[in-house]
Amino acid sequence: MLKAKVILVALGAALAVPQALAGATPEEDRKETVEYFKQMFPDVPFEEFVNGQYALNEDRRKQWESMQDFPPYEFAVAEGQEMFETPFANGKTYASCFENGGIGIRQNYPYFDTEKNEVITLELAINRCREANGEEPLKWKKGAIASISAYMASTSQGKPINIKVPDDPDALAAYQDGKEFYYSRRGQLNFSCASCHVQNPGKWIRADFLSPALGQPANFPVHRSKWGELGTLHRRFAGCNNNVRAEPLPAQSEEYRNLEYFLTYMSNGLPVVGPATRP
Amino acid sequence: MRKGLISVCLTTLALSATAPVFAEPTQADIDRGKELAYSRKDGNCLACHKMDDGKLTGNIGPELADMKARFPDRELLFKRIWDETQFNPMTVMPPFGRHMILSKQEINRIIDYLYTL
Repeated sequence: MLKAKVILVALGAALAVPQALAGATPEEDRKETVEYFKQMFPDVPFEEFVNGQYALNEDRRKQWESMQDFPPYEFAVAEGQEMFETPFANGKTYASCFENGGIGIRQNYPYFDTEKNEVITLELAINRCREANGEEPLKWKKGAIASISAYMASTSQGKPINIKVPDDPDALAAYQDGKEFYYSRRGQLNFSCASCHVQNPGKWIRADFLSPALGQPANFPVHRSKWGELGTLHRRFAGCNNNVRAEPLPAQSEEYRNLEYFLTYMSNGLPVVGPATRP
Repeated sequence: MRKGLISVCLTTLALSATAPVFAEPTQADIDRGKELAYSRKDGNCLACHKMDDGKLTGNIGPELADMKARFPDRELLFKRIWDETQFNPMTVMPPFGRHMILSKQEINRIIDYLYTL
């Protein structure tokens, strides 16, 4: 079974970019994406797309609103703040690694580092900050890193996502790579990310309600009822890959970072709302 | 469980090897087809299709009803379950045969069941 999965990952690279998202530049792609979803959901205001399924389904929205008095991630955010403010062994803190001391900057991540020639996600920057200060890196998908990331996101609440693709062939290549990943079918079930989140948002896949691609990264890290805790965007990517019976890639692999780069660029202008909750 | 499954498969194999390809299905064939259609790890048809007495079904694909009237050509229906991308490149329906999610025999049992809807 596992072997069959691996072979199918290798085979499953058939690329199908719908006309709706075949722009020549990232900005054209983004505009076409916004327009595509606007036509699909004419009654949903642009800023509401960050709420995913809650923007599209009234029952789900009511369940969600009833959770907002005591959000299940509150403790993790407080814990994240404490970790963020506690000095490393060398006396420095996370603040020393980030612009504006790490406060109110979530909306600028991920960015393309033109010197290192790679996409830097917030979680990657958190762990590189630790390593630069002589600390062990944290595990990528949940726990402390999700709490710190959640605290940092909470200081950016409402700030518009502002991802840039600089005029640099490597940056553009990273963006294109993420876009191709999003539209490539993979796994034994032969689904691309777009199969569900571009072609079929608003529909049910068994008892799960499919959210639109637009706005998806704005609410991370996310507390899923299914997980019973916070998880990072790359944890979710791996879960989706598992669902379609594809071999998930490692969190913070170049592929997932490029995917996050493309996906977050599509949500430019939408407000940061992480951390948030999902079923 | 696995052993049981294998023996069921072998039985199915033996049956289909001796019987003519589209022989009138037995109730056991139909029951097996429904089991395969509903099982999450096999057909998982309910993920996308409303059908029969299935609960909490998805709505990505069309409802599976009046199947014999809608797909009188059994071979064509087989081909579409085997690999719907050959008929509609944009489909999200998994290519059940091509990707080895279901065997030929399993698809045939599912069709036996679908033809009762």
